[in-house]
Amino acid sequence: MKIDNIKKDFPIFKEKINGKNLVYLDSANSSQKPKVVIDSISKFYESEYSNVGRSVHTLAVKATNKFEETRDLVKKFINAQFREEIVFTKGATEAINLVANCFGEKFIKEGDEIILTELEHHSNYVPWHYLRNKKKAVIKFARLNDDLEIKADEIQKLITNKTKIIALTHISNVTGGISPIKEIIDLARSKNIPVLIDGTQGAPHIKLDMQSLDCDFYAISCHKIYGPNGLGILYGKKKWLDQFPPYQGGGGMINEVKKDVVTFAESPIKFEAGTMQTAEVVAFSESLKLINKIGIEKINEHENKVLNYGIQELKKNNSVKIIGNPKKRASVISFTIKGIHPHDIATILDDEGVAIRAGHHCCQILHDKIGVSATARASIGLYNDKKDIDALIGSIEKCKKVFKL
Amino acid sequence: MEAKELYKEIILDHGKNPRNFGKCENFTSDAKGHNPLCGDKVHIYVNVNKDRKILDLSFEGEGCAISLASASILTDIIKGKENAVADKIIKDFLNMIKTSEKLTLNSLSDDQVTTLMSLSGVKEFPMRVKCATMAWHTLSNALKSKI
Repeated sequence: MKIDNIKKDFPIFKEKINGKNLVYLDSANSSQKPKVVIDSISKFYESEYSNVGRSVHTLAVKATNKFEETRDLVKKFINAQFREEIVFTKGATEAINLVANCFGEKFIKEGDEIILTELEHHSNYVPWHYLRNKKKAVIKFARLNDDLEIKADEIQKLITNKTKIIALTHISNVTGGISPIKEIIDLARSKNIPVLIDGTQGAPHIKLDMQSLDCDFYAISCHKIYGPNGLGILYGKKKWLDQFPPYQGGGGMINEVKKDVVTFAESPIKFEAGTMQTAEVVAFSESLKLINKIGIEKINEHENKVLNYGIQELKKNNSVKIIGNPKKRASVISFTIKGIHPHDIATILDDEGVAIRAGHHCCQILHDKIGVSATARASIGLYNDKKDIDALIGSIEKCKKVFKL
Repeated sequence: MEAKELYKEIILDHGKNPRNFGKCENFTSDAKGHNPLCGDKVHIYVNVNKDRKILDLSFEGEGCAISLASASILTDIIKGKENAVADKIIKDFLNMIKTSEKLTLNSLSDDQVTTLMSLSGVKEFPMRVKCATMAWHTLSNALKSKI
């Protein structure tokens, strides 16, 4: 499957936005959906729908099989050792909340320390903040360097004998910087500290291999990998998931329920209480098949060409300042334009059909550090090309005209 | 409506050179506004005397051209007014932004009406309405008015 003509497989690109072709540079926020995923959702509801894991009728068996086939596909996609290590959640946010709750409940006590970094999205800080309040734990933030990179030695400095877990992002949703996660995991492993990787921005761009990476938890957001909304994945090492208490109580996750005692199912079902996102899980297998057909390395190579072209063109513009200068980077460029607030940039770009994000991108700690309340962000998916960057650059010129700069 | 029509000359001017920016001396009341979705902030300071007249009014804040211009225009128009009149103007302005109705007050000069109406374009950009209204809600909090 060729990447060059991939836009035709995403129906949204037929739409006109304010009379213009859509230039979608907001995939770090949420990616567009290929026709195979959309078709899979309607096919499932039209001819295959049933709840999963409960009834014994034909539709229920088929739906359950399809649901569980996605789990197998995910296992293969990230090279996990066991299928029981794949938990479906409502998003990467819930995946991290699950770990903060269940790990925290069992293993965190007063005075224990959690290491995060200044680069984290709110979804990899706020769940730990709750835990801090609940257990009187301590959160330490690893400092970024001047290029806004995470370095393993900054994490090392914070490790004490009270450090109970390290949680950090794989790829920053603001700078696009790729964290040295392998180095950090190896460091943590040598000190017997578990590591959670927020892979929200990692999974869409980088080939994953849980067994060689050896992290304890990896959180994935499916809607950012060309899949349906409302679905995420927690990869968790079996040895942890087996020890965790359940996250939520409800139907499906139990073993036996009596008036005085309740026993629970094994992982991952233990963590999947209530009716799950059936059509979404089934359709997500189509996203993975599409990525596999092209090859994640090919996607990464293609996106890097577009990304580097974007950085090169933006740097030609003296009034544009790019946020952060990470040496290893993927997909994301955040920037400011002197004299124009990011929200005004985003509104004017929208006139040209150019969709970007403006704001703090749920990273207020990072924005406080760099002393700006908001930035504009262009993020690249597999369907973007150099023409999209040209449209971005052209519309930035229009912004400057409107603001008479 | 194209975005460039949103950014009228008056808005760009107030956005770039906000009036009454800073903390006014002897303020008797203040209030903060914050839009957590985008990070825009405004802090309004008012000096109201015992006859409920607004002697001085200023703001500090950061945000987009629309939010800065709106706060700046607000201070220009409200300063010197009676509290009760200010309440009516706030109510009238918010109504104008949220509905298609024109300003109804006849206590404003033609120039003031033109200036306030320059912000009416945000109606076409629902995601930006809060940028234009935040300072006004914040002023109403500072005046503790029931609008």
